[in-house]
Amino acid sequence: MTAKSMLDKVWERHVVVPETHQTPAILYIDLHLIHEVTTPQAFSLLREKGIPVRRPDLTLATLDHSIPTRPELVAKGYEGMQPAAGKQVRQMVENCEEFGIPLRGPGNADQGIVHVIGPELGASQPGKTIVCGDSHTATHGALGALAFGIGTTEVGHVLATQCLLQRKPRSMGITIDGPLSPGVTAKDVVLFVISKIGVSGGTGHVIEYRGSTITGLSMDERMTICNMSIEAGARAGMVAPDQVTFDYLKGRPMAPAGEDWDKAVQQWKALASDPDARFDREVLIDAAEIPPMITFGTNPGAGIGIRREIPEPVGAASRKALEYMGLKPGRPLYGQPVDIVFIGSCTNSRLGDLQAAAEVVKGRKVKSGVRMLVVPGSNKIKLAAEELGLDRIFTDAGAEWHEAGCSMCLGMNGDIAAPGQYVVSTSNRNFEGRQGPGARTLLASPVTAAASAIAGAVADPRSFLTDGAA
Amino acid sequence: MHALKQIVSHTAVLPQADIDTDQIIPARYLTTTSRDGISEGLFYDWRFAADGTENADFVLNQAEYRDARVLVAGDNFGCGSSREHAPWALKDFGIDAVISTRFADIFSSNALKNGLLPIVVDKKAHEWLLDHPGARVRVDVEMATLTVDDGPSLHFEVEPFAQYCLVHGTDQLGFLMGKEEQIAAFEKARK
Ligand code: SF4
Repeated sequence: MTAKSMLDKVWERHVVVPETHQTPAILYIDLHLIHEVTTPQAFSLLREKGIPVRRPDLTLATLDHSIPTRPELVAKGYEGMQPAAGKQVRQMVENCEEFGIPLRGPGNADQGIVHVIGPELGASQPGKTIVCGDSHTATHGALGALAFGIGTTEVGHVLATQCLLQRKPRSMGITIDGPLSPGVTAKDVVLFVISKIGVSGGTGHVIEYRGSTITGLSMDERMTICNMSIEAGARAGMVAPDQVTFDYLKGRPMAPAGEDWDKAVQQWKALASDPDARFDREVLIDAAEIPPMITFGTNPGAGIGIRREIPEPVGAASRKALEYMGLKPGRPLYGQPVDIVFIGSCTNSRLGDLQAAAEVVKGRKVKSGVRMLVVPGSNKIKLAAEELGLDRIFTDAGAEWHEAGCSMCLGMNGDIAAPGQYVVSTSNRNFEGRQGPGARTLLASPVTAAASAIAGAVADPRSFLTDGAA
Repeated sequence: MHALKQIVSHTAVLPQADIDTDQIIPARYLTTTSRDGISEGLFYDWRFAADGTENADFVLNQAEYRDARVLVAGDNFGCGSSREHAPWALKDFGIDAVISTRFADIFSSNALKNGLLPIVVDKKAHEWLLDHPGARVRVDVEMATLTVDDGPSLHFEVEPFAQYCLVHGTDQLGFLMGKEEQIAAFEKARK
């Protein structure tokens, strides 16, 4: 028998009708995550055609993108929302009621960013096929699932049939070995990977992240890496399930329990790629090469070490990007004054991220004139952070402590930067206007972001971590 | 979906590489719950200045390109988010095909489901098209050919099922629902 990759194994278990030259495979979906932005038109179609949702029990709904996160606005309910967003949220509530899907909306203990709550509830599990009308669905691959983003038409397909028409993607193995240097986090690893393979380097592929660096990471950290697979063009990223995965899932509300748990773990252990499995493309990275990273351009591939100089632009596009960013080549970003620091998003809003940022901020003050937002990924994370007193560490330093949501990751919920402002952001996209028209995004890790908030300028987190002095 | 068999148009050119879906339609246009008038947000921050006036430099604002049905764009078009609002906005604006050297996976899949054809050409053809804005092109969807200025026809790759659906205006949801028996059997076998 030929050796199989994890992708092969998960794929095979979900084929309802195999692929032919004429038609794609019909692939069964185990978990469908939905949110307010990419579903309204799909529900309208179902309603028009009188089609029910086939498996409400395999559908997990939340609100995250268009809702406000500032506590005083959240407290006002619909009144606190921008009118179009309020309409969208209302429609989501109605759609979920009408089609029998439980909704984890604001006020619900489980509410949060869709890619944060899936794993948190234990709904995202190894070996599952998971989809969502959202490109960062890749996040759930950290648990050993095949998880990818789809469009609204496909959301309709899954609601109606629990299936998708898909051709099998190619596989790519990215092996990262060795210990990470101090101050270097999972975010730096993935920014480094994207800077190496480029923003379309993974197009058509599912990435499996392997190697001792990856197996040494926590679940939160693995999610950060898989999350940004789409920024390298790949639809999905995966990590083989291991003891870290099992320890993370055990006891979560939607994870198997009792005898089912033991059975599940046995099955999950068999998912890892066979030792001699072949990938369509392979990339090797030495962890020692990875510094704390930051982006200078308008796509996530434009990342450099924080002390490295911004490279000379090649071609019109990178000249335009530097112009948009108001940056000059030949000098590092280190020391660049910043206006806003945003800690949040499905990339870096989990408890581990908030703890790492709090460690930098503790006992220090956010530089005057800098706005710092800390936005937990879910209500549960918010509560857990408050139990640890992290909220006080942030607010004592002068930062804002928000309710859960996507917030300033994308400019559609009122949390935006003004034109020309520099934002050090732990989110995943630095596209023009992503955080508001004219806003300039510098992507970095939570520790780099926190250090920059204290310094009032792009800062090297290592100087904050080693000797404790700013 | 209406059948799309042939496209005859002159081209408009947006040469930048990596045009992401946040440029095609910014996030603030995503609070819509329908598809009506969605082209209003198309390339909004490029089409319009901060005060809402049209940016005369932008290609789709120029009289000779405004009604082009074929857009020639730089490499890796449509990267970023999965928002289907991007192909909806392009289609609603009147674009039927985008030509590039590469498309992001989700964009490509979304586009094909909405009668918007992503056409991948090689570097040489791409360079020629970038250098000749306004070129007359004819696309035959069924034959998967692109003919430029009555020159020789180029063949392009298009996923066969998506191509079939485009040419026949087939509804993929209907196709999937027709497989109910197999889906039910699969669910039963897994229990
Ligand atoms: S946090 Fe950002 S990237 Fe993640 S789901 Fe929300 S908007 Fe998308």
